[in-house]
Amino acid sequence: MTTTSLSPGRTWARLPRRHVPVLVTLALLLVLYGVGVSQYRAFSNVQVVFNVFIDNGFLLVVAVGMTFVILTGGIDLSVGSVVAMTAMVSAFLLREGWPAALVLVVALLIGPTLGFLMGCVIHFFDIQPFIVTLAGMFFARGMCTFISDSSIPITDGFWTTMSQQRIGDPSGTFVSISVLIAFAVVAVAAYVLAYTRLGRNVYAVGGNAQSALLMGLPVGRTRIAVYTISGLCAAVGGILLSFYTLSGAPLIAVGMELDVIAAVVIGGTVLTGGAGYVFGTVLGVLVLGVIQTLITFDGSLNSWWTKIVIGGLLFAFILLQRLIGIRYK
Amino acid sequence: MTGSHPVLTMTGISKSFPGVRALDGVDFRLFPGEVHALMGENGAGKSTLIKVLTGVYGVDRGTVALAGEQVSFTGPMQATAAGVSTVFQEVNLCTNLSVAENIFIGREPRRLGAVRWGEMRRRARALLTRLDLDIDVNAPLGSFSLAIQQMVAIARAIDIEARVLVLDEPTSSLDTGEVAQLFRVMRSLRDDGIAILFVTHFLDQVYRIADRITVLRNGQLVGEWTTGDLPQLSLVEKMIGKELDVLERLDEQPRRDVAATEGTPLLEARALGRRSAVAPFDLTVHAGEVVGLAGLLGSGRTEVARLLFGADRADHGSVRVDGSPTSLRTPVAAIARGIGFCSENRRAEGIVADLSVRENIVLAMQAARGWLRPIPRRRQDELVDRWVRALHIRPADPEIPVGNLSGGNQQKVLLARWLITEPRLLILDEPTRGIDIGAKTEIQRLVAQLSDGGTAVLFISAELEEVLRLSHRIAVMRDHELVTQLTNDQSVDADRIMQAIAAGAAHEGVPS
Ligand SMILES: Nc1ncnc2c1ncn2[C@@H]1O[C@H](COP(=O)(O)OP(=O)(O)OP(=O)(O)O)[C@@H](O)[C@H]1O
Ligand SMILES: [Mg+2]
Repeated sequence: MTTTSLSPGRTWARLPRRHVPVLVTLALLLVLYGVGVSQYRAFSNVQVVFNVFIDNGFLLVVAVGMTFVILTGGIDLSVGSVVAMTAMVSAFLLREGWPAALVLVVALLIGPTLGFLMGCVIHFFDIQPFIVTLAGMFFARGMCTFISDSSIPITDGFWTTMSQQRIGDPSGTFVSISVLIAFAVVAVAAYVLAYTRLGRNVYAVGGNAQSALLMGLPVGRTRIAVYTISGLCAAVGGILLSFYTLSGAPLIAVGMELDVIAAVVIGGTVLTGGAGYVFGTVLGVLVLGVIQTLITFDGSLNSWWTKIVIGGLLFAFILLQRLIGIRYK
Repeated sequence: MTGSHPVLTMTGISKSFPGVRALDGVDFRLFPGEVHALMGENGAGKSTLIKVLTGVYGVDRGTVALAGEQVSFTGPMQATAAGVSTVFQEVNLCTNLSVAENIFIGREPRRLGAVRWGEMRRRARALLTRLDLDIDVNAPLGSFSLAIQQMVAIARAIDIEARVLVLDEPTSSLDTGEVAQLFRVMRSLRDDGIAILFVTHFLDQVYRIADRITVLRNGQLVGEWTTGDLPQLSLVEKMIGKELDVLERLDEQPRRDVAATEGTPLLEARALGRRSAVAPFDLTVHAGEVVGLAGLLGSGRTEVARLLFGADRADHGSVRVDGSPTSLRTPVAAIARGIGFCSENRRAEGIVADLSVRENIVLAMQAARGWLRPIPRRRQDELVDRWVRALHIRPADPEIPVGNLSGGNQQKVLLARWLITEPRLLILDEPTRGIDIGAKTEIQRLVAQLSDGGTAVLFISAELEEVLRLSHRIAVMRDHELVTQLTNDQSVDADRIMQAIAAGAAHEGVPS
């Protein structure tokens, strides 16, 4: 009957609500890590954590791009193929004897160009992103096999340096350059989303595109921009993957787009758009990485267990989002 | 203002949608430093004229000139940049963003390209203070009521360095105090030389604030007058195009004959409540009784309705329907017991824009029957036809998508949806909001008719006169609490209810 309890109760209940999904992911990550440490002595080695980053740096970068797209309520299924195509093109051009710098430029241009074109089709012809990026996915995958139907090794000096360079104590704890690049991408993306007009427009479009239009926001430009950004991130991811594997293979990163989407959603970004953070995506990628590591540590479990666990988690997180009604109506 | 040049001139504007001529050669002008009311029935073309002006729609024919220069905006973004700031009819903001952001997005204060959040919040707070609104600017907009969202939309519009401010039915969800505050702000803007285009269906507001009136009817210009030259009666005549007995009906004697309250009540709520929404309340509704729910915006009226309909779940108290305990945990359960709820928020909760008028109208009825027993098409057509005519839904074509209807006509469709289910208790949350004067009287008459026929009605409205005219009993809400219930006899008038709203009137009639 007391009205006084109403207002404080409300503000209390409301403020953290937005952060609940991210906090849950963080808690989950800590629990997973705790399980690892309690089960396997080697798990407490800091290098284990660093290895998760080293193994998943490219995934993280691609997931950051996907976060932009999903925040607008879209989806980009082409990223896995674009990653493969970028690695493939780099390997091919290097084998042809192009200088490393030029190869980097070309490889980094392909992804965003494709993303830009897909964004334009989605916006101007008003077609479902699912369909357009599915077409982009087939196209890019086709291009991979068109370039070569077998794997191309990379022997270029710059690539091998990037691959082998260890930062930190080479015999103790270290990370690869890829990890630093991934961190840089995360930092830039977080800044863009929080502090630039583009970033804020991304949230507005994801919240309600029709309203955003009537509020005078550049909805079309924002849409096209997020697919371009996702393409760019996929290209960077492709380069990082080619550093990691020192090759380009036509069938690498098949189905990666789904891992990426899973990471973004587990990281608390709502699939219908308008809510989520890059920081959550980092956590989402880490959750996937730690699960993988746990399963490798166990040794007896089939690697398919990773998929099963991720499937379960994804389901749980979508339910969670539903329950806390992250989409304010 | 005569003598000076118009800041905005629209000449010979025509705009057709498939099958409808929304505007037909309309001229319109707006002078600096005036408040200009654009009047007309639902579907007359007011919102379309505004959307043509702001570039949401292109024109078929005609020109728009801003300060003498011909313009043709490609969208609200360009219009805003040229100094035309608009609040569209339906609240159009992003509910996932914070209040401050909704006010400033698109023109956030920045340093070196970076949004200055602190500065933005400070300015948002200052701006809202001008509108007498003290809310947490960091909270997501969606956590506030429609009225507050409306105020935020207005705050957004007045902050823009505008020459022309367009307000399409900004007051439809505001209460008296908020309207007064808005008018104060509008007057001060007008005195600064800003031209204000104002659309409303409240005639008294027009006479309080407007300097000049333009009337549209069926997409055509009827004329332009200075407010002083056009008495209220002639204004209504111009709007509806004939001298209708609507006016007499408006003055109809208030229905205050006491309804039979003996016997088992149709619905009886005991200490029903929900934490942080409504404090536990008792409410009894008998068959054939109209219970009005009065109170300021955000006082918890809608929350009461949602609890009774099962749209929100009560965490306290109990409900009896026909004397037997029932739990109304979901709308389906409520509908099954003959309760209908016409929501105030037609955009988000009511209308399915892509479905046709017919489909929207039969929706609730179909749901009540279960999807396995489709309503025969003939029967659908019959019912829909009847209500389209009864409520003057225009265009009277049941097959067009509801999204193409004007705001007021959408509201009527929503109403029809619940009326055809012939509920035993109909909950109407702001049913006459945004509805023109002719249709409003129709709806009021309809409520009276329903009640005579034995339907119970819970009637929520911010307009006290309406509540007074229709209700047998009035429950007053304040601060999420049902403070008192009054039998609507001769002793009750608007002042008495205002007092109850303001003071809580603990000594008044004890809740039944
Ligand atoms: N997008 C659209 N597609 C088709 N027809 C439309 C569209 N928008 C409006 N109309 C039609 O144009 C006419 C004028 O509508 P408009 O919204 O301008 O009316 P209004 O005067 O604003 O009415 P209200 O008072 O109900 O808001 C109506 O007949 C409406 O059905
Ligand atoms: Mg309108």
